[in-house]
Amino acid sequence: MATQAARIPVAKTYKIYIGGKFPRTESGRYYDLQNAKGKVIANICRSSRKDFRNAVVAARAAQPGWASASAYLRGQILYRIAEMLEGRREQFIAEMTVQGVGKKAATEEVDAAVDRLIYYAGWADKYQQIFSAVNPVASSHFNFSVLEATGVVSILAPESSGLLGLVSNIAPTIVGGNSCVVLASESLPLNAVSFAEVLHASDVPGGVVNLLTGYRSELAGQFASHMDVNAVICCDADDDTAADIQVKAADNIKRVIARDGINWSKATAASPYFVADVQETKTTWHPIGS
Amino acid sequence: MDTQANKLAFDGGWEYAPAPESTDHVKIDKQYELFIGGKFVAPAKGGYFNTVNPATEKKLSRVALATDADVNKAVAAARKAFNGPWSKMKAAERGKYIYRIARILQERAREFSVIESLDGGKPIRESRDIDIPLAAAHFFYYAGWADKLEYAYPGRTAKALGVAGQVIPWNFPLLMAAWKIAPALACGNTVVLKPAETTPLTALKLAEVIQEAGLPDGVVNIVTGAGETGAAIVNHDDVDKVAFTGSTGVGRAIMKSIAGSGKKYTLELGGKAANIIFADAALDQAVEGIVNGIFFNQGHVCCAGSRLLVQESVADDVIERLRERMETLIVGDPLDKNTDIGAINSKQQLGRIESYLKLGVAEGAAMHQSSCSVPAKGYWCRPTIFTGVSQSNRVVQEEIFGPVLAIQTFRTLEEGLSKANNTQYGLSGGIWTDKGSRIFKMTQNVRAGVIWANTFNKFDPTSPFGGYKESGVGREGGLHGLGAYLNLES
Repeated sequence: MATQAARIPVAKTYKIYIGGKFPRTESGRYYDLQNAKGKVIANICRSSRKDFRNAVVAARAAQPGWASASAYLRGQILYRIAEMLEGRREQFIAEMTVQGVGKKAATEEVDAAVDRLIYYAGWADKYQQIFSAVNPVASSHFNFSVLEATGVVSILAPESSGLLGLVSNIAPTIVGGNSCVVLASESLPLNAVSFAEVLHASDVPGGVVNLLTGYRSELAGQFASHMDVNAVICCDADDDTAADIQVKAADNIKRVIARDGINWSKATAASPYFVADVQETKTTWHPIGS
Repeated sequence: MDTQANKLAFDGGWEYAPAPESTDHVKIDKQYELFIGGKFVAPAKGGYFNTVNPATEKKLSRVALATDADVNKAVAAARKAFNGPWSKMKAAERGKYIYRIARILQERAREFSVIESLDGGKPIRESRDIDIPLAAAHFFYYAGWADKLEYAYPGRTAKALGVAGQVIPWNFPLLMAAWKIAPALACGNTVVLKPAETTPLTALKLAEVIQEAGLPDGVVNIVTGAGETGAAIVNHDDVDKVAFTGSTGVGRAIMKSIAGSGKKYTLELGGKAANIIFADAALDQAVEGIVNGIFFNQGHVCCAGSRLLVQESVADDVIERLRERMETLIVGDPLDKNTDIGAINSKQQLGRIESYLKLGVAEGAAMHQSSCSVPAKGYWCRPTIFTGVSQSNRVVQEEIFGPVLAIQTFRTLEEGLSKANNTQYGLSGGIWTDKGSRIFKMTQNVRAGVIWANTFNKFDPTSPFGGYKESGVGREGGLHGLGAYLNLES
């Protein structure tokens, strides 16, 4: 065999996902992801503020169209994401194990992520009926309250649950018509980048989900301070970061949603209230007469 | 349209006989203390401030100025009541206390109406027909939720938060107190409320009602003072929830000051609502809607329709009708039942409005004011419209909180929408058209929490109210208003 060279494996270049495209970070910077033995597994994009701003522009452009898509269509597309993820189970499990997650735990997490997408796909055309109201006002008016998407949501995804935690925050955000910009887990980023590929193959309009990798310490402030972001979801922030995010979010009265200490593998970590967190209630009045 | 032929002469022969509301049944004490732990107590540092009638500039009463020590006492009383009788009480019984408040308010409605008009300057017609009945209705509505919370949040267990710190503005003093206190109590919280420094009297009268209703001591505490007192409540370590209604600037400061504290908060902040008139609207009704939108409560309304967007083909007609209608508005004594527009709430607010009038003119807009006379004493502003404004003018972008309307035009639905949404605010909006499909198109696409179609400035306790964007966080009213006062456990 000495004369026959072994096939050289092709290492994946992990990119970010903005506006339905896969650019490298404009910063040209990276951080190296190492396995338990200290070997470099991949060079991960260290996204910059400029990447984040580009992602917000893409998210803003995509949001109105996505929100005006029918609930039925949004449900179909979320289900399609689940199908695509199911079809690539082995890849996700492999990536997870490379990052040090046990095979059994990795399998369970990927399966749970698929199931969670289907769970929220089912909510697409139902949460409105749960949370809306026809209000029995005393005057001669017809008056009703419906939910509407908040707009562009920035998400600091959970650090310790690279796929399920990510999916459990993206799905309830987009099912209600929001677009989002997500910062993946810093220590477990591989699945996030591959999940972007799943999204890309799932009829999710470009810009509805934008996925960045990088340092949370560097980007968290941007996620909170950007004036064209309507809400920030912050998972597992330490006290100082949480306080800093709320201070920065105040500049445009951003909605701040803190999700701390949630075990994403539990059934209670899936709920229509996660959908409602990133919705506004709009009340409309009209006189009743002849 | 030939309006000249039909023009009514308002400059003579149209004198209304005064119809003043009697004040003989109203008791205002010379001095009011703080309401803490079910008792009226003097402030620790002995400070007081005056509250004046903005229509006469005469002092009405002297009111205690609460400092940190007083706020500490009030929060401690609220905590004690929360841990004690209030959280041990059956929800249905808790509800009965809130019903009692509603009933007593209804019984004493005229007294409250007159004091509201004396202290705040609003026309008696509005305090009598809107503020006080709605305040009572809020207590009545939320009383009934107390024992039904499990239906409000399916799949979750709702738990009271604890002590709610509440800071309210001067434009609807008793109504805002009701908006804040009623849902808080229904959910099993106790409260420390601070009314605005220019309009504290009906909140202190409400303290009397709460005593009369026999609520356990400390369930409701009312402390008076200005911004520093409010900040002491908001920043108190033992307050679990902050509810604020006021300016976006202060709301922003509150969000920053409680950052990292874990306190829940709701903010009802500023607005610059677009009132959008299409050519096919019933124009006389629309003009009434414009008047109601901007001149209701002297324009001291966060959801006031302070930007008018008129479709170009009817703009001249609408503006002419509006100017005619403005001439008929009676500005003057708030206690006169003929009065449409009362006094500006305070000297400070009048100054603010007047600076915007100067600014509007400086920006190149044409200013039109009603030619009505105003009393010599007191704080008054004639109903005012600006035409020839552009989107970037500050009188178009900034909240004035007075009877000042900025008028723009649009041609297409898309242009109207884009102008309407070109604002940092998103509290309310108005649409006037005869076409149902256009109503839905517009109401779905205006980014605001409350949309009035072919009507304006309607409120009801069953109806969620609150803003998008920089107009606030959370909803008050209706089932949706309960969430702010509960932790939902799975």
